[in-house]
Amino acid sequence: MWAPRVSILPITTITRERRLPLPGNVLVKLNQRVAATEVIAEARLPRAHLYFNVARQLKLPPKAAAKAMRVRAGEQVSQNAVLAESEGLFPQQIRSPRPGRVVLASEGEILLEVESVTLPLLAGMPGIVTQVIPRYGAIIQSNGALIQGVFGNGRVDSGLLLNLMEREGEVISASRLDLSMRGAILLAGQCREAEVLRQAAEIPVRGLILSSLAPPLIPLALQMKYPIIVTDGLWPSPMNPLAFKLLTSHARREITLNAQFYDRKEGRRPEIVIPLPVSPEPKENNVESFAPGQKVFILRAPYAGQIGQVIQLLPEAATFPSGLRAAAAEVRLENGEQVLVPLLNMELVD
Amino acid sequence: MPVSVIEGESLLAVDIGNVNTRAALFDIVDGEYRFLATACVPSTAMAPWNDVTEGVRQALEVLQQLIEHPLLTPNRQLILPTQEDGSGVDGLVVTASAGRALKTVLVGLLNDVSLQSARHLAESIPGVILDTIHLHDQRRFEKQIDAILALQPDLLLITGGVDGGASRSVLHLVEAAGLGVYLLPEEKRPAILYAGNAALAKEIRESLAPYARFLQIAPNVRPSLDEEDLLPAQHALAELCTTLRRQELRGMEELFQWSGGHMLPTHYAEARLVRFLSQTLGAGRSILAMDLGASTTSLLLGHDGQTFARVLPLGVGEPLPQLLNQIKAEDILRWTHFDLPSHRVMDFAYQKAIYPQTISVTQEELSLELAFAREILRQGMRELRQSYPEVLPPFPVLEMILVSGATLTRLAHFGPALLAVLDAIQPAGLSSVLLDPNGLLPMLGAAAGRNSLIPVHVLESNALINLGTVVSVVASGAYGTPVLKVQLTYENGTEARLDVRHGNLEVIPLPAESTARLKLQPASHVDIGLGRGRGGTFTITGGLMGVIIDARGRPLGLPEDVIRRRELAKKWLWTLGG
Repeated sequence: MWAPRVSILPITTITRERRLPLPGNVLVKLNQRVAATEVIAEARLPRAHLYFNVARQLKLPPKAAAKAMRVRAGEQVSQNAVLAESEGLFPQQIRSPRPGRVVLASEGEILLEVESVTLPLLAGMPGIVTQVIPRYGAIIQSNGALIQGVFGNGRVDSGLLLNLMEREGEVISASRLDLSMRGAILLAGQCREAEVLRQAAEIPVRGLILSSLAPPLIPLALQMKYPIIVTDGLWPSPMNPLAFKLLTSHARREITLNAQFYDRKEGRRPEIVIPLPVSPEPKENNVESFAPGQKVFILRAPYAGQIGQVIQLLPEAATFPSGLRAAAAEVRLENGEQVLVPLLNMELVD
Repeated sequence: MPVSVIEGESLLAVDIGNVNTRAALFDIVDGEYRFLATACVPSTAMAPWNDVTEGVRQALEVLQQLIEHPLLTPNRQLILPTQEDGSGVDGLVVTASAGRALKTVLVGLLNDVSLQSARHLAESIPGVILDTIHLHDQRRFEKQIDAILALQPDLLLITGGVDGGASRSVLHLVEAAGLGVYLLPEEKRPAILYAGNAALAKEIRESLAPYARFLQIAPNVRPSLDEEDLLPAQHALAELCTTLRRQELRGMEELFQWSGGHMLPTHYAEARLVRFLSQTLGAGRSILAMDLGASTTSLLLGHDGQTFARVLPLGVGEPLPQLLNQIKAEDILRWTHFDLPSHRVMDFAYQKAIYPQTISVTQEELSLELAFAREILRQGMRELRQSYPEVLPPFPVLEMILVSGATLTRLAHFGPALLAVLDAIQPAGLSSVLLDPNGLLPMLGAAAGRNSLIPVHVLESNALINLGTVVSVVASGAYGTPVLKVQLTYENGTEARLDVRHGNLEVIPLPAESTARLKLQPASHVDIGLGRGRGGTFTITGGLMGVIIDARGRPLGLPEDVIRRRELAKKWLWTLGG
């Protein structure tokens, strides 16, 4: 059985494709150095239109309506511009109530685009553009530490990492936040109160790294303008020791949070990147099966959030207390205890 | 002698879901088709593989180890047809439910006529209806266009007008939808199914074909005002969904070629089988098939040779937090006998949403998972009943209940799953309950397209797990009141007698494959699906759990007192051997 994996790496080469959902304009060049919050491409999405039925509005037969049109598709029009005009002694006009762009002008019909939104695509991490994907985006590469999480609120930012955690199970309270943390990214443990998120916004911080976030706080987290990354779970959970050790060892260093949404289909997870001035060999992200010796992260109770090492894979399916039978491995936890874990409930840790 | 359409043809069936990929082999044994073996591996439709064929190949590697004969060449190509050395298979059918739920916009004339049929059509596939554009839509023409642009639907279902009826109004609605489609970037344009006034088909094709990602024209779902005919449109929609998935998911095209085009959406294939089973049951009798998946749940009611479907975008994986937007944590906790704080419900939902492939290891977690399963199935039943009230009463008499989905079929003890099903469905009368742990039903539905004997033979060969016969008593009244006298006469003449009281759940052993005479005599105020106070004698077949008498009442009332409720839940579970 192939093993899903999560990356908690002290040093690696990170290569990420950033791609617009629609075709647009790419704003970066090959080998260009980019910042995490830099817009590397953008697409325009039409949002509001105005429709004019020339024949009906000018009370003309279809042929005359076609003749009455004064604009062509693709044309920009200003407010009050004449869109159609009838002939005769007392000509009647259709004027544009707003500036816009004609997207359709045929057979007596005019459709005017009057509003559009721009979708920006951010680099998501500092790095070098190693490939431009025409009309869609680019591939960006960086070196450093990488920690993947389970939840992100869709924001990106960089800042100095401030550590507020003394142990993995730390629960953050709003009273620990103050103005001296302005512009920093806080390593803050478990979050169970809305006030923490609000106060962080007021300071303001550049980001929050949490080990867990109580689910009722998700809507508020999504409203926050700063990035929030949850490393371990949307249930009470200490930070896994690997992520904790790695993050605390990089306190006071400039880091980036790309709190993109977790997307299983695309394999996108929220990511913490700590740029480091070294050039390791690119690590191949090969798909592997579970095997003895591997380091694993346990996803479900009764050992959820613990890191362990695979001792052996059982030759036959094991029966668990719930009555379910499943392929399983014997895993040694960090405290030395040996436990049985279904393969489905584990992820490989890079 | 086997009577086969294709003499001796062995058939491989593959089903690709978002979480699991299954492969099953069917072949002739002693003159009849049999289910030989199955393999199930995690799906590879998503990252890091993003190629469904990898999961299929892995499943076939497991399968060929089990059957000890090669199905794949050394370079992992399917050996097709069977070679002289016995390796390979003669045919392949594929069913697939992998992929995101389809974002759907409905276009139709009247809300309670063509739009209702469009809704029925949309509810038969894994999708989400995001908007409807119709005659009484208060939005301006351009706002309808803007809605299409903002929603970027995957699928546009256009109905409207009876055959030979309204045309101008339909064309006006189509124009708004069509302009929206035209303005979308090419890669974001939806597939379109038109199933309205047949007289407009040519005009629709000419105006929409240049812009639709795919366009399919189907016979009208409302040929006349009082007639709904979904079947041809469902078939066209199945083809359209398959085409979409072939484009969307890497590897589907290769499988389509391997299978010679025998590829169907999982739910459509299962609906085909349910329709077939319904035809064999005869008029006025009903069958219910439920498939509780990680991303979607389907409820298929077979009645009078027709299938009535509701596929919900809910399952025991990624969509669980959405369910908690509609129900309270207490609605989940009422089904478990564990004393759990309400935040555990939300914790569990998010854990399963982030890691849908994981399984519940502790009894407490399993109890929560089954509680969610009950609420999903209850919602499905409510929605199916809303769509088809004429064939699905509140306490339906269901001849057969077919249960699929890992949560309900993979347990070492079947009691907890059976209890969850009974709590959710609340049937009346006599029902056989069968589990499909290997997900064979859609595969057999697809196999029927190649060889109609395969499902017949395989279903007769105990490929499903028969739990037994459930007698569900419709009664209200005080706990402990006598409701039913039961007399079970075994083949050897011995008898078991039972006086069943209201509020109780009873089990009488009756081994699988043995038959017995079951005499039921309800009290005058009690209905066992035959009318109040009416009893009867039935020949029934045994199952792993025997005969289960569910006299807990309809509707099933749970005690208000939490302690009493937990005790009762524990007692019912214990009675069913959970």
